[in-house]
Order: sequence, then C-alpha cells, then structure tokens
Amino acid sequence: MLRRRMCLIPKRRFQFLEHTADIYIAAYGKTLEEAFENAALATFQSMTDTDRIAPQIEEELEVDGFDEKALLYNWIEALIIKFETTYRVYSEFEVTSLSRVGKNYHLCARIRGEKFDSAKHPPKVGIKAVTYHQMEIIRGSEYVTVKFILDI
Amino acid sequence: MEELENHSWRIPQSYKPGMQVPGIVFADKILLEKMRSDRTLQQCVNVAHLPGIYKYSITLPDGHEGYGFPIGGVAAMDYDEGVISPGGVGYDINCGVRLLATSLAEGKVRPKLVELTNTIFHKVPCGLGSRRKDFRINLQDLDRLMEEGVSWLVEKDMGWKEDIEHCEERGQMKTANAAKVSATAKNRGATQVGTLGSGNHFLEIQRVDKIFNPSVAEAFGINEEGQVTVMIHCGSRGFGHQICSDYLRVMERAVHKYRINLPDRELACAPGKTREAEDYFQAMSCAVNYAFVNRQAITHHVRQSFEEVFKQPADTFGLNLVYDVAHNIAKVEEHEVNSHRKKVWIHRKGATRAFPPHNPDVPADYRSFGQPVIIPGSMGTGSWLLVGTSKAMQRSFGSTAHGAGRMMSRSEAKRRFWGGEVKEVLQKRGIVVRAASAVVLAEEADPAYKDVDRVVQVSDEIGIATRVAKLAPIAVVKG
Repeated sequence: MLRRRMCLIPKRRFQFLEHTADIYIAAYGKTLEEAFENAALATFQSMTDTDRIAPQIEEELEVDGFDEKALLYNWIEALIIKFETTYRVYSEFEVTSLSRVGKNYHLCARIRGEKFDSAKHPPKVGIKAVTYHQMEIIRGSEYVTVKFILDI
Repeated sequence: MEELENHSWRIPQSYKPGMQVPGIVFADKILLEKMRSDRTLQQCVNVAHLPGIYKYSITLPDGHEGYGFPIGGVAAMDYDEGVISPGGVGYDINCGVRLLATSLAEGKVRPKLVELTNTIFHKVPCGLGSRRKDFRINLQDLDRLMEEGVSWLVEKDMGWKEDIEHCEERGQMKTANAAKVSATAKNRGATQVGTLGSGNHFLEIQRVDKIFNPSVAEAFGINEEGQVTVMIHCGSRGFGHQICSDYLRVMERAVHKYRINLPDRELACAPGKTREAEDYFQAMSCAVNYAFVNRQAITHHVRQSFEEVFKQPADTFGLNLVYDVAHNIAKVEEHEVNSHRKKVWIHRKGATRAFPPHNPDVPADYRSFGQPVIIPGSMGTGSWLLVGTSKAMQRSFGSTAHGAGRMMSRSEAKRRFWGGEVKEVLQKRGIVVRAASAVVLAEEADPAYKDVDRVVQVSDEIGIATRVAKLAPIAVVKG
C-alpha cells in the first residue's frame, strides 16, 4: 500500500479562523517560541498590513505567566499595550527565551517596528483585548499551534 | 427548552447539574435559531451556575456568544452571598450610547451635511489607535475625571449642566476609586478621552424616521418626523479594557482562594463581600465614569462642529442630550425577588437598563414617562428610542436588549463585501459616509448583523421596553 507522508508543517505562519464577532487566530511554529512570535505577527496583521511596517526601532519585552496560556495572554496583552502607549506598530518578533522559572513561566523577546502612520500603514480594526476564550496550545508531533481570540 | 408564553423560553434548572436557577431566553423563533447556532444558550446555562444568582439567568433577544457571559445577558446575584464577575460586564466597560436631539429639520441640514460630517470626522478621532493630541490629560486630572465623571468636564466648559441630569447615574458612579486603577490602564486612557475607537463604534447624524409614541417622544425632545438627531456609540477605550483585563487576573486567583466551582474560566468572580469584589467594583466604576466623560467630550466636539458649519451657537439648534445609557455595566440595585426586596449585584452585559415611570433613578423631567432606552442598529440601518416599563422590573431586572448583534463573521463579511462598495450603497441611499478604515466598513456591512427591528419588536411585544421612535442615519462616521 502506498503510504503518503502528510505535509504537517503549515505553509502559513498563522491564519484567521471563522468567528462571528471577533478575530480568531491560529498561529504555528516548530517550537512554542516560534508559535508565540507568529501569534504576535497575526495580532498586528489584524490591525494593519505588517509588510509595510519597517523594523526600525528595536525594543525588549519581558512577560510572566503562571501557566503557558497565561503567558500567551500576557504576551499579546503586552503588545497591545505597547501599541496604545507608544503608538508603535511591530512586524518582527524574536522570542529569545521562554522558560519555566520556579512556579512561573517567563518570556523575553526583542520586537522591531516603527511609529504608526495611518498614511503608510492601512488601518484595520483596533483591538480591545486578548481573551482566554477558546484558547488552545496544541503540541503536535512536528509543530506547535496556538489559538486565541482577540476582542475587538 | 420549554416555551412559556409569547417570545419567552425556559431552560429548566434540571438541564445541567450545578445550575442554581433556570435560564430564561426572550426571543422569537428566528432569533432563537440564531442563538442555537453558537454557544449563547450554553453560556446562559453556565451563568445560571454562579453562586447567589436570583430567579434566572436571562438572555435577551439580541443574545449572542460572548466571553463567559453571553452578550445580551442579565444576571442578578445576592449582594452578600452572591458574586460579582468582570465577565458579566465585558472588556468595554460602559460601552454605551447617547442621543442628542436638534431642533433642525433634515432639509436645513442636508445642504451642509457633507461639510458637517467632514468637520465631525476631523474633530473626533476614530479608528485604529485613535487618540487626541490636543487633549492630553495629566495623571491628576485623570484621577479627577474617573472619580467625578461628567461634572468634571462640565466644569471645564465641555458640557452643559443639563447634560449631567440626562446621563444614567448622572454621569458619575460615586463608588469610583482611582487608587484601584493600574498605572497601565491610566497610561492607555490618558490620550483617548474624546475618541470614538473602532469596530462597531460609530457616530451618526440621523433623522427621526417614525414616531410610535408621540407623548413620550415629546417628553424626550423628539417632536416630529424628519427632525435631526445625533447618536454616539462608544465606550471606555483602552482604559476600560485594561481594567477588565487586570481584574480578570485578580478574579482568577479569587476563584481558587474562595474555592468557587465554575463551568468556564471566563466566569471568574469573587464573593460580594470580599476585598477582590470591592476593588473590582471601584475600578469598574472608574471606567464607567471614563466612558460617560468620553461620550461627553465627543458631544462637545459635535456641538463645536455644528457651530463651525452653521456659524451660530450650538444651543440655537437644540443639540440637547436626550439620554446617555450604558450597555456593559455592573451595579448595586434593589429588586423584588419572591416578594422580598433584595440588594443585588446586577450584571448587564450587552443589555440596557429600562427603568419604569416613577422610578427615582429616572431623570425628574422624564419620571412620569420612564427611562429612555437607546438601541443602535447596524451601520446604515436604523436605531431605536424606547422607554422602560414596570414589566421590565418584573421580568428582566429592569433591562432590555442593546443592539442588533452580529450574525456573520468578519472574514465572511470581507469575502462578500468590500469597503468601497459598502460606502457606495450607503451613499446611493443618501447616507454620507466617512470611515477611518475601508476594511472595517466591509466588516461592519449591514447584512453582517441581525435585524435590529426584530430585536426591538420582541422587546416591545414582551413589554420590557416599548417603542418610542425609530431613527434613520443620514451620515455615518465610522472607526
């Protein structure tokens, strides 16, 4: 019998899934770190076109969480806060470490972007918050998927 | 699920172990079908599990799936033995709507409508990341704003004294305590007072399309068909979103601490008498006040826009505040439960307070008629002015629906429509459109929403708020 090997690595870094009222994201990665990076990219892609964001300014970001879901929630929330308080949008995300420290999970990242300019960055929708609703972190044999909903 | 009477359905307490009370759904068959297509009814059942809940967990005609609680949900919990839950309010604390009535007829406004809409679009920042560069508030002022509410802005000459009387809570929940609000929330809030935001928020110039109840309409300042009104729909912006998020974390810990069993993580809550509950309620009250002030500041810019375009003082055109009402809020109220007056935590999430005539919380000049209820429709359709009833006190803890509710996903809407086409269709119908984002225009296209007229009809037929007037847009400003 011919046994075909399924291609398990999605071609896309993330995709938007169907949801009636809000934005439902699935982000993929070979590691949890990469899935978190793509989750961040998807978040900014729902606000504007990330291809048009020049990675000019680099910043560092650290977040904690008492479990992996809380870490994902806090990571996305930190990015939403960054946007609203510095008025910058980002297109490159590099999770430099993601580890368990005692009871908590800890993430360090470098993020790169520039000042938001609605003439250059076509505005889509503003995000109110990330939610735990239907949040999933799935470890497949070859890649990790994180799913979450943004309230808009 | 059993049908009780016209448009009322009960999910019996025996449906799922752990339910403290039954669920009640107010809907006609078509609206009920929509609710069955997502988790609305499951969420109604989940809310019925919460400690101290009285009578029933209510889903209103516009009910749809939310986070934890359904949107279009009402629940009342005992003040001492029950719980308060941020999920029963939502991220956009005091997302709400206000209506201004002008003394102008549509014919007077039409020739200047494009200029007027452009002026408002320019003066009221909207869309992704909308913020004000001209009105940055320092942190001391922000503390005053969140504790004092609308009167703080009136003191700054950005409102009229009469505005205060026509806001729910007179534009200020006195339980607000700025010390309970995080620095992050304050940072997010500092530049966003007087901004519309994005998503389903909007500002419309409207005409009175049809009057259903002339005597009540007149009391509310709606005198004739064709009269121009202005509707503002927005909330507490990043300030309120951050407060909700901050306190969801607090409540998650409280759930463990007080050993509360929940069917869904997003129902996280704390017992009424605890520090956690008190802190959340005081912080939430700050966001409620922030949202009232936000809509008041926008009102100020709308009045200025009319002055600029028509070159006369704003009060020449009326522009009086009919009412400002919250759609996402928790309150302490007294309600009748089994013939006893009970002090409760009332949660209205995607629900409008609908108090009856002679209620002391209704403004004095409306008191013999009842509280105005404002229900916005989807972009370009119509919106409604209703009035609260004593039936609402008996059946829905003094509450009714709040809007149309989505039925099509944003991606589906984008596949079907594009922004330019949506704008063109609206313009063909004589509606001027100014939008910050073409994508949002497509996502918010009218067919993506349920029929608001049907929602209002169900409310009217059950009698939990009855029709006063229908308003139709002539211009839309959209984030």
